[in-house]
Amino acid sequence: MHMKKEKKAQFLQGNTACAEAAIAAGVRFYAGYPITPSTEIAEILSKRLPEVGGKFMQMEDEIAGLGAILGASLAGIKSMTATSGPGFSLKQELIGYAALCEIPCVIVNVQRGGPSTGLPTSPAQGDVMQARWGTHGDHPIIVLVPSSVKEMYDLTIEAVNFSESLRTPVILLADEVIGHLYEKATFPEEGSLKLSCRPRPEKKPDGKYLPFATSTPADVPRIADFGEGFRFNVTGLIHDLDGFPTQSPQATEALLTRLHEKIYSRVKEICLADTENLEGASVILCSYGATARSCAEAVTEARRQGLKIGMIKLKTVWPFPDFVFDPCAGKGKTVIVCEMNLGQIVHEVQRVANGRFKVTGVHSCRGTMITPKEILDKIGTLI
Amino acid sequence: MEPLSEVKDFLRIEKFPHIWCAGCGHGIILQSFLRAVIDAGIDKNDMVVVSGIGCSSRAVGYVDFDTLHTAHGRALPFATGIKMAKPELNVAILAGDGDIAAIGGNHFIHAARRNIDLTVVIFNNFNYGMTGGQSSPLTCLNAIAPTTPYGNIERPFDICSLAIAAGATYVARSTTYHALQLPELIANGIRHHGFSVIEVLTGCPTYYGKFNSLRSPSKMLEWQRDHSVNLKQYQMLSEDAKEGKFAIGLIHSAERPEYTDEYSKIIQKVQVVSQKEPR
Repeated sequence: MHMKKEKKAQFLQGNTACAEAAIAAGVRFYAGYPITPSTEIAEILSKRLPEVGGKFMQMEDEIAGLGAILGASLAGIKSMTATSGPGFSLKQELIGYAALCEIPCVIVNVQRGGPSTGLPTSPAQGDVMQARWGTHGDHPIIVLVPSSVKEMYDLTIEAVNFSESLRTPVILLADEVIGHLYEKATFPEEGSLKLSCRPRPEKKPDGKYLPFATSTPADVPRIADFGEGFRFNVTGLIHDLDGFPTQSPQATEALLTRLHEKIYSRVKEICLADTENLEGASVILCSYGATARSCAEAVTEARRQGLKIGMIKLKTVWPFPDFVFDPCAGKGKTVIVCEMNLGQIVHEVQRVANGRFKVTGVHSCRGTMITPKEILDKIGTLI
Repeated sequence: MEPLSEVKDFLRIEKFPHIWCAGCGHGIILQSFLRAVIDAGIDKNDMVVVSGIGCSSRAVGYVDFDTLHTAHGRALPFATGIKMAKPELNVAILAGDGDIAAIGGNHFIHAARRNIDLTVVIFNNFNYGMTGGQSSPLTCLNAIAPTTPYGNIERPFDICSLAIAAGATYVARSTTYHALQLPELIANGIRHHGFSVIEVLTGCPTYYGKFNSLRSPSKMLEWQRDHSVNLKQYQMLSEDAKEGKFAIGLIHSAERPEYTDEYSKIIQKVQVVSQKEPR
């Protein structure tokens, strides 16, 4: 399925929108391993990438898929991989490598039911905490969650842009419903997209090249591409500004703090959310991904019944957008977190509430979507 | 052979002293690798050297190229991505026996199967030196290691035969005892357009030697001398006599389409078609 150049409505699947957005964002290398329900992304890119001069590789396993895109990214090519739960578990090892070595890359996880092989063709949102903390050690991460085919496209572009401008792995945390959903969507014209490229050194310095040096503690280092004559070192060991291993407590703390600050000093820019009627509502629904669609339906129905309902749709779940919840503060106000898991984001919302508003949830773990009726029933118990 | 001053020019001398133990054979392999790079006429700026985790993988920190110290066993996927992004670069992998044959074993056979133009130098010291000498998939039968205190009952891989069976198109073996033979074998591997494997038997007196009555570096070198046989002589040995012996020299060489070349052909073909096709 090829994108038309003119701005015209199309009818397509979420996974197709993701693949086309990757190409529009400048991704020219994809390596991955087939897994339901993300496989369409690989299939489409195997056909589309060579058409635009890019390359696709089906690797021997999930780890190799991420390893190969990190290699290509270090050589200067915008790179992406896609997977689902079991594969996402395997990719955790090198997600940490990408975070520590500041290698731009996008990892798409079209979530399915877990744990283990779980429910391969059914939706779930059980990987939210894994996306945040799945790899070992302190590290920041950006995780974006689409709730429509249009958002699958738009957030893939954002994911590539954030990964490049901030030199960080970005996870696009979709779910089976959005990956396989066909719906009408309109995309920006080619050429009208605002695309980011990673900061690179302008020229080889006269003195020593320090790939991991920055001018401020939250700055993004200008790391050269391999093959450009800089002859520098990249290691998954804790490294100093010159890229070589160090065990210095000061250098270690400085590096890990900078990585954290690089993301957390930019939460206003990174944290995307749609909100409506937070001030006027006594009950506010908070959701993300496919479940946000059930919430939207529940909001429409509740308003028809004359209820004052607000809604927060999170498009960025990590870093967690604490500030988005500020207007929810108030006596008698309740936020209902709706998610296809037994409770993951709800705990973040409880932390953010810190007594300023009540928090409850609607959760499911059966491999089907939460229905608008279940949400309306929950609203009914509060009003 | 190139003078030592030329080799020094390819080292990051400021990163010395290295982490390797006294008597370790890895320095001989690293010197041979750099002589091979010089012999093959590779510019410093046109080579990327990639490694995984282990004693030998630390070698990348000491050589003056773009260098990448990846995760345990993962050098080949990273190297594959670099080669795909910039096929004009020479990409070499320095790997230990545990790194390439155990945790990275799957990547190894598939990189060989693709015949992607990478050069892998295997530092085979028969054990996991970095973690204290545990057994690896290349540890000799009956050898003692901290995790095989009653002797190793697992038959080791013949990593060269494995590479050939998987599709590697240049396979050679040598030892640190045969230091004069080694650089040329590596240089030819770098020159070869396809997946090249050079296995080098090396000594770890600190662990493997200590546990297996080969405690001194010279004993380890003598062991390499006594257990290696030129390929032609090896082929004339009886099956019983081959047991425990290593054939050395160029073991296998073949011409087969190289992966990044084949992919470039796909791009050319597809782009011609898509230019004709109205969009």
